[in-house]
Amino acid sequence: MSIRHALLALLAEGPKYGLQLREEFESRTGEVWPLNVGQVYTTLQRLERDGLVESDGAAEGPQKSFHLTEGGAGELAEWLRTPPDLSSPPRDELVIKILVAVRLPGVDVHEVIQAHRRFLIELMQQWTRLKNDEADFDLSLALVVDAELFRLDSVIRWLDAADGRIRRAPADAPAGKPAVALRRKIGVRR
Amino acid sequence: MSVLEMRAVSKVYGEGATEVVALQEVDLAVDPGQMVAVMGPSGSGKSSLLTIAGSLEAPTSGEVLVGGGRLAEMSRDELARLRRRSVGYVFQDFNLLPGLTAVENVSLPLELDGLAARRARAAGVAALERLGLADRAGHFPDQLSGGERQRVAIARAVVGDRRLLLADEPTGALDSATGEAVMRLIRQACQQGVAAVVVTHDAQSASWADRVIFLRDGRVTDGTSPPPGPESLLAPGSGR
Ligand SMILES: Nc1ncnc2c1ncn2[C@@H]1O[C@H](COP(=O)(O)OP(=O)(O)OP(=O)(O)O)[C@@H](O)[C@H]1O
Ligand SMILES: [Mg+2]
Repeated sequence: MSIRHALLALLAEGPKYGLQLREEFESRTGEVWPLNVGQVYTTLQRLERDGLVESDGAAEGPQKSFHLTEGGAGELAEWLRTPPDLSSPPRDELVIKILVAVRLPGVDVHEVIQAHRRFLIELMQQWTRLKNDEADFDLSLALVVDAELFRLDSVIRWLDAADGRIRRAPADAPAGKPAVALRRKIGVRR
Repeated sequence: MSVLEMRAVSKVYGEGATEVVALQEVDLAVDPGQMVAVMGPSGSGKSSLLTIAGSLEAPTSGEVLVGGGRLAEMSRDELARLRRRSVGYVFQDFNLLPGLTAVENVSLPLELDGLAARRARAAGVAALERLGLADRAGHFPDQLSGGERQRVAIARAVVGDRRLLLADEPTGALDSATGEAVMRLIRQACQQGVAAVVVTHDAQSASWADRVIFLRDGRVTDGTSPPPGPESLLAPGSGR
């Protein structure tokens, strides 16, 4: 999540102090992303340098108040509609571990898959418990928790699919040249 | 004392060339108030485990106890009473009676158990209401959507004074909001002391459980440990 754009969004509501920005950032994101005050000030400095926010100039430190410029408002509107980068080539750590486990002699890949599956479910149990306990009272937290649950869920579904696919695959399948084939197909350049 | 206890339960269907070992030496204990989710690939024995726990089928070997009583030692009548009164069952294919309306399907077990028709009906309506189905109470199963039928089946399983709730894919045909409502309802039943076993393919549904066990080829191969509190998710550097 971009702190830069989160701060622009908060300033779109009106001028604010640095400390106030930190508190509001944390409460709006369901207090799931802790932010230190240093990060807030460095980000504000950069935003000011880029002309996206302006300070009232008078005081320094915590007394200094910031407001959004026209350029900042434009940047925020554009960011909201820009698709996040989901198109990066597959370099997910878990995917790599499973790819390694499939080929490594003496390793039961299904047991490796199960270990990750169990870990992910345990993580999901913790998130769900959070939802059960308090999310009814806090929309931001509920949205964040759902996002996390759907993300972990998709990883487990991939593990299930991988588990089945590996079971169905002939044991002595040749390694072939998958990397080259894949690169060609999805158009990734080195 | 556990509400449900399975000891070294095995189940073999057919014999000779057509023999299928559906369960092998399964041990499982579920305490009052506890929800256990059962996950595993198709054909791993999840439904078999549930039908045996619900006394709908007898194990080939091993022992099943519900509320401390050995199912193998109960008469047909005792088993029928147990199923009517203490065990709520949600079938993978719902199993609603087509000639009865939604509310009649829900209140039938209460009536069979001797509750006055009017009070049984009121309890049925209340259970449907909690699942957002009050305005469908008079519909017959073939006048309900798949998801609505599933919710009626769940209402029927939680109505009355159940101690053991067995649910086979209770969120299977539901969208995520309705699925969450169903899991919350099962959770609520557990908070009132019901023990629940929920079979599911869906990790989000399973994550409502206190414990998740994994079946493969009829064996319990793995299970989750009791999770730490959610605070650990918010601690800095907790692996995010
Ligand atoms: N009545 C039966 N007669 C013969 N074999 C059966 C019977 N019931 C189940 N089986 C077999 O037992 C095995 C376990 O079946 P079960 O229904 O318990 O699987 P499951 O885990 O519930 O699968 P799914 O996720 O597809 O519902 C399967 O191989 C199935 O074919
Ligand atoms: Mg099944």
